[in-house]
Amino acid sequence: MSYKMHILVCGGTGCRASASQNIIERLQDSLKEQNLHNEVQVIATGCFGFCEKGPIVKIMPDNTFYVQVKPEDAPEIVHEHIIKGRKVERLLYRDPERKIAVSDSKHMGFYKKQLRIALRNCGFIDPENIEEYIGRDGYAALAKCLSELKPEEVIQEIKLSGLRGRGGGGFPTGLKWEFARKYQSDQKYVVCNADEGDPGAFMDRSIMEGDPHSVIEAMAICGYSIGANKGLVYIRAEYPLAIERLRIAIRQAEEYGLLGTNIMGTGFDFTIEIRYGAGAFVCGEETALIHSMEGQRGEPTTKPPFPAESGYNRKPTNVNNVETLANIPVILTKGAGWFNKIGSEKSKGTKVFALAGKINNVGLIEVPMGTTLREVIYEVGGGIKNDKKFKAVQTGGPSGGCLTEKHLDTPIDFDNLIAAGSMMGSGGMIVMDEDDCMVAVAKFYLEFIVEESCGKCSPCRIGNKRLLEILTRITEGKGSMSDLETLENLSKVIKDTALCGLGQTSPNPVLSTLENFYDEYVAHIRDHKCPSGQCKALLSYKIDPKLCVGCTLCARNCPVDAIIGERKEPHFIDTAKCIKCGTCIDKCKFKAISVV
Amino acid sequence: MESRITLQIDNRPVEVAPGTTVLDAAKGIGINIPSLCYMNLENMCITNLPASCRLCVVEVEGRRNLAPACATRCENGMKVKTSTLRVMNARKTVLELILSDHPKDCLICPKSGNCELQNLAVKLKIREIPFAGEQNSYTVETSPSLIRDMGKCIFCRRCEMMCNEVQTVGALGAVNRGFSSVISTAFNQPLGHSECTFCGQCVAVCPVGALTEMDHTNRLIDDLNNPEKTVIVQTAPAVRAALGEEFGLSAGTSVTGKMAAALRKLGFDKVFDTDFAADLTIMEEGTELLGRVSAFLKGDKSVRLPILTSCCPAWVNFFEYHFPDMLDIPSTARSPQQMFGAIAKTYWAEKMGIPRENLVVVSIMPCLAKKYECAREEFRVNGDPDVNYSISTRELASLIKRANIDFLRLSDEEFDRPLGESTGAGVIFGASGGVMEAALRTAYELYTGKKLEKVEFEAVRGLQHIKKATIDLNGTKLNVGIAHGLGNARKLLEEIRAGKSEFHAIEIMACPGGCIGGGGQPLHHGDSSLLKARSEALYREDAEKPLRKSHENPDIIKLYEEFLGEPMSEKAHHLLHTHYFCKK
Repeated sequence: MSYKMHILVCGGTGCRASASQNIIERLQDSLKEQNLHNEVQVIATGCFGFCEKGPIVKIMPDNTFYVQVKPEDAPEIVHEHIIKGRKVERLLYRDPERKIAVSDSKHMGFYKKQLRIALRNCGFIDPENIEEYIGRDGYAALAKCLSELKPEEVIQEIKLSGLRGRGGGGFPTGLKWEFARKYQSDQKYVVCNADEGDPGAFMDRSIMEGDPHSVIEAMAICGYSIGANKGLVYIRAEYPLAIERLRIAIRQAEEYGLLGTNIMGTGFDFTIEIRYGAGAFVCGEETALIHSMEGQRGEPTTKPPFPAESGYNRKPTNVNNVETLANIPVILTKGAGWFNKIGSEKSKGTKVFALAGKINNVGLIEVPMGTTLREVIYEVGGGIKNDKKFKAVQTGGPSGGCLTEKHLDTPIDFDNLIAAGSMMGSGGMIVMDEDDCMVAVAKFYLEFIVEESCGKCSPCRIGNKRLLEILTRITEGKGSMSDLETLENLSKVIKDTALCGLGQTSPNPVLSTLENFYDEYVAHIRDHKCPSGQCKALLSYKIDPKLCVGCTLCARNCPVDAIIGERKEPHFIDTAKCIKCGTCIDKCKFKAISVV
Repeated sequence: MESRITLQIDNRPVEVAPGTTVLDAAKGIGINIPSLCYMNLENMCITNLPASCRLCVVEVEGRRNLAPACATRCENGMKVKTSTLRVMNARKTVLELILSDHPKDCLICPKSGNCELQNLAVKLKIREIPFAGEQNSYTVETSPSLIRDMGKCIFCRRCEMMCNEVQTVGALGAVNRGFSSVISTAFNQPLGHSECTFCGQCVAVCPVGALTEMDHTNRLIDDLNNPEKTVIVQTAPAVRAALGEEFGLSAGTSVTGKMAAALRKLGFDKVFDTDFAADLTIMEEGTELLGRVSAFLKGDKSVRLPILTSCCPAWVNFFEYHFPDMLDIPSTARSPQQMFGAIAKTYWAEKMGIPRENLVVVSIMPCLAKKYECAREEFRVNGDPDVNYSISTRELASLIKRANIDFLRLSDEEFDRPLGESTGAGVIFGASGGVMEAALRTAYELYTGKKLEKVEFEAVRGLQHIKKATIDLNGTKLNVGIAHGLGNARKLLEEIRAGKSEFHAIEIMACPGGCIGGGGQPLHHGDSSLLKARSEALYREDAEKPLRKSHENPDIIKLYEEFLGEPMSEKAHHLLHTHYFCKK
C-alpha cells in the first residue's frame, strides 16, 4: 500500500513523556473519521533532536515542522493541513530573531549548522520497521562487506575514514578493530556499549530508539571484520524504550536473514544478545562493562591487557559505543573519502551533543567536528535563556571541564577540548549563565562522581570524597585559603594515579573552575560571599525598613515564621530561623527584601 | 631462547624476561618500590593484583599518567623513574588519603608492629593527615575463630581473592560502592552464618588489623594462674617450624626444644605434643584406609573410594557446606587435636587421677579453624570440651614476649611422656603431603607385612597444587592424591562427584602449603619462600627422629595395650572417630 502523505511524530522518550503517543492515536482517529487512513500514514519516529520544542510532528512530503503539539491539536492538523492544505500557523516554529514562522526545519537556526550522520535516520523512519531502514540504504554496507570486501579491507576503510570512538576516549576505531582481529581465539565478541551514563546525555538512547538497525548492522560488520560471531549489547535497564526497539530490530533482522547463521548466504554467522546494566556510571568504562556482563562487580581493571586481547570471558572483545557504531554503515556505503572530508584535521566526521542547561534550544544536535563552541551555543543553541550572560559551558559529562568565554571560538574536537582542560566525553554539553556559582557547579559534579565511584582504587574512592568535603566546606563559608592548594594538589594526584578513566578525569570540574573562576573561590572563602547568590549558607535576607510598609504579606507567607513585625510597621527577618527559601522576595510588592 | 627485554629504571639499564613487571624488575636491582594491595606468593599461583591502592605508582616516559609498577609489564626501551618529586608527592598523598579513612589507634591495634600500612606510614614519613573528613565505621564482628574490624579495612581485596579464587569458599566479597565500599559476607550476616570455613587465609594475608584471630591468651593466663586447674598443652607440628620467626630467627629454624621450654616456663603442668595424636591418627585412619581399600578391591560395592583425610577442620567445614552429598567419603577419624583431647581427658586423666572438670587442655595450633573445631558440639562430654581452647602460633609468641621469657636463650627441653612421644611420621603432618606419607609408611608395613626400607615418599612432597603418586603394595597399586588449598580440593571433589576420580586415597589441607601456611602462623607478608623453609624444617626433623613410623611409637603401642584395644575398636570408635553434618 502506498501512502500519499506521512505524518511523522516523535516517539523518543522525551516526546513520549509529553504525550506523543496520544498525539499519534488522535491523528489516527481523525484520519479514520475522514476516511483518510489509507492515504495518510502516521509514523512514530525516533528523536528529532529539538526537544525544547517537543513534541514534534512533521508532515511529509512538504516538510512542515510543527512544534509543541498537543493531542488536542490533532484534528486541526488533519482538517487544515491534510485536507485543506493549509499550514496550522500557530503550531509552526517562530524564529525568535526574525519573529516569523518557519515551516521547514532546514531554515531553522537549530538545524542550519547541523549535519546528521549518526542521527541520519532519527526522525525520518519508523524504527520498528526494518523495511524503512532498508529503504534508506540500510544493510547495504553489510551486504557490501560480506560480498565484496575482505575483513582487512573493511578495517582499512574504517581506518582511512579517521573515525574515532565517540564514547569518550576518542581512540581510532579502525585501529581498535585491527587489534581485536590480530588476536587468535576460538571465540571473539563484539560489544556495543550502550551504558550511556552522563547526566543529561541521551544521544545513544536516541540512536537506539530512532535507528536501532544502524547499530545492529554495524555490529555485524565489526563481527565480520574482527572474526567474531557473537554480539552483545550492554544497555542500561533504565532505557526501556530503547531496549524494546532494539529487541524488535534484532528479531526483524533475524527474520530477514540479516542476523543468524549464513547471513545473506555468505556463510557468515552473527547473533546479538542484549545484556542489562544496572545504571552504574563506571560501567561505561569498557573493562568495568565487561566485568558487569560477566556477573562480576562492575569495576574496571588495569589495561593492558586490553579487551582486544582478553575481554568478555577472557576472549578477544571489541567494545564500541553506540554513536561510533551508528557511523559505520554510512562510512562504508559512502566511502572513507567522503567521511574524512568532514570535520577537523584529527577528528573526522560529526559529533552528537546533548545541549542542556541555560540555553534556548535544549536538545540533541549533531555538528561537524571543528564547529566552534560559539556556533553551537549561539546559532544551534539559540543563545542563552532569558538574555542572560554566558558564563561557562561544561563539556564531557560530569568529569569534563568548564570552559569560558575565552574558549568560545575553539573548534570542537577531541584534542582541542583536552588542550582547553576539558574533554569530549560522550557529548554532554551543559551551558551555564551568570546565575550559576562555579564552586557549586564543581561540587555538584563531585557529588555525582562520589556517588558513582566504584570504590576500587584509593585515589578515586577516598580522594574524590575529600575533594567533595572541601568543596562543601567552601560553599558553606567554612573554607580556608589553604584549601585551594589542597584542592589543586589532590586533584592533580587523583588525575595522575586513579585506575580508570572515571577517576583520571573526575577532578576536571575542580581544576577547570579553579583555573577559570579562582576569584569566585576566593570570594567564598575570604569574603564569605557567593557572587552568584547560589550558595544558601552564604546568603542572608534583609528587609529595607525604608521600603517596607508593613503589609505583613511576607510574614504570612514565610514557611518558618522567620519574619517579625507589627502591621504597618517595618518588618525584620530572624536570620537564625530563615531557611533562605526566597518566598518573601517573591511575595513582597515593594521590593523591600533583598539578598545580601 | 626467549628474547630478553631491556629497559631503564632510574637511569640504570635492566634486562628482564618478558612478562616481568616493573615492580619485580626494580626489585631485581635493589629498588624496593612501596606497595600495599599487591601480593604474590611465588610458585604457588596466588596473586592479588587489583592494582588499586596506587602506592606503587612510577613515572613511565611517554605516558600521561603515573603507572602502577605492580601491574605494568616491562617493555623494550621503557624509561621508568621510581622516585621523582611527582611520584613521591603522589605516593604520599595517596597514603594520606588511605590513612584519612583509617583509625589512628595504632598503639592498641592487634596488628601494631606487624602492619603493612603502619610500615608504609613510617617509610613515607607521614607526620600529619591533611584530609579531615568522614571515616567509615563498622561494628566489630567476632566469630569462633576470627574478628572482623572493617573500620580498619583498606580495601586491598587480598582476603576476597583468597576466599574466592584460592579457597573457592565465597564467604567474603566487596559490597557497596565508592567511599562505602567494604568487604562483607552475603547480606552482612555474621561469619558463623556464612559459608566461611574459618581457614583463616583471609587473616593470613590481611595487611592491616581488619582481620585478626580470636584471641584466647587472656583466658589462658587466667587458667595457668588458677591453682585448682591442671593445665596441659599440645603443640601442632607446624608450630615448631615457624614460631622462631616471631623472635627474629630465619624461616625454617626448628625451635621444638625452646618451645617446650617456653611452655613449661609459662606454667603448663604438662607439655605434650600433638604429634603423638598424629601417630594415633595414622593408626586409626590408616586402618580405616586399609579396611576400605581391601573391601573395595574384594568387590564390596557398599564401599566408596577414595577415602579422604579429615585432619583439617577448615576442610571438614568446606565439605560439610559445599559437598554435603559426599559426607560418607571422608575418614571418620577425628583430627589429631581432638584425638589428643579425647585421650587426655580419659586415658591420661584417669591414669593421673585428675577429675575431668579440673583438667584444661590447650592446643597450640598454626590454625584458626582449630578454635572453631574445639567448640564443636560433638567434641564435648557433658558440655565440657575435649580441648578447651586453641591458641595460634602468633598468640603463643605474644604470650612468651608478654611473660618476659627470653626465647632465644632458652635451652632445649623435651616433651613430657606419654602424650609427648612421637615419630617422624607425626612431625610431617604439618606439611602438605605429610599425612599421606605418614599413612603410607604404616599402611605399607601393615598391608604387606614387609619392612619399608625407604620411608621417604618424595612424590607427595612439595608445593605443587595437586600431587599424585602410585604406591605398590605387594602388587596392589594404590593411587593417592594430595591437594592443599580448598580450590584445589574442590577440583578433586568434583572429579569424585562426577565419578572420574582415579584415586583410592586423598589428603586435603585447607591452607596453601598445608598447616605450615595456616591462618595462625607468623604472617608471611607475601613471601612464599617462608612456607618452603618451614616445610623443609619439618622434613629435617623427621629425618632426625629415631622412629619414623607411627605404629612404632612405643607410647601409642602402650595406649592400645592399656586402653583402646586395637585400632577401630569400639572404644576407639567412641573416642577417636566422628561424623559429619550437612551445613548447607
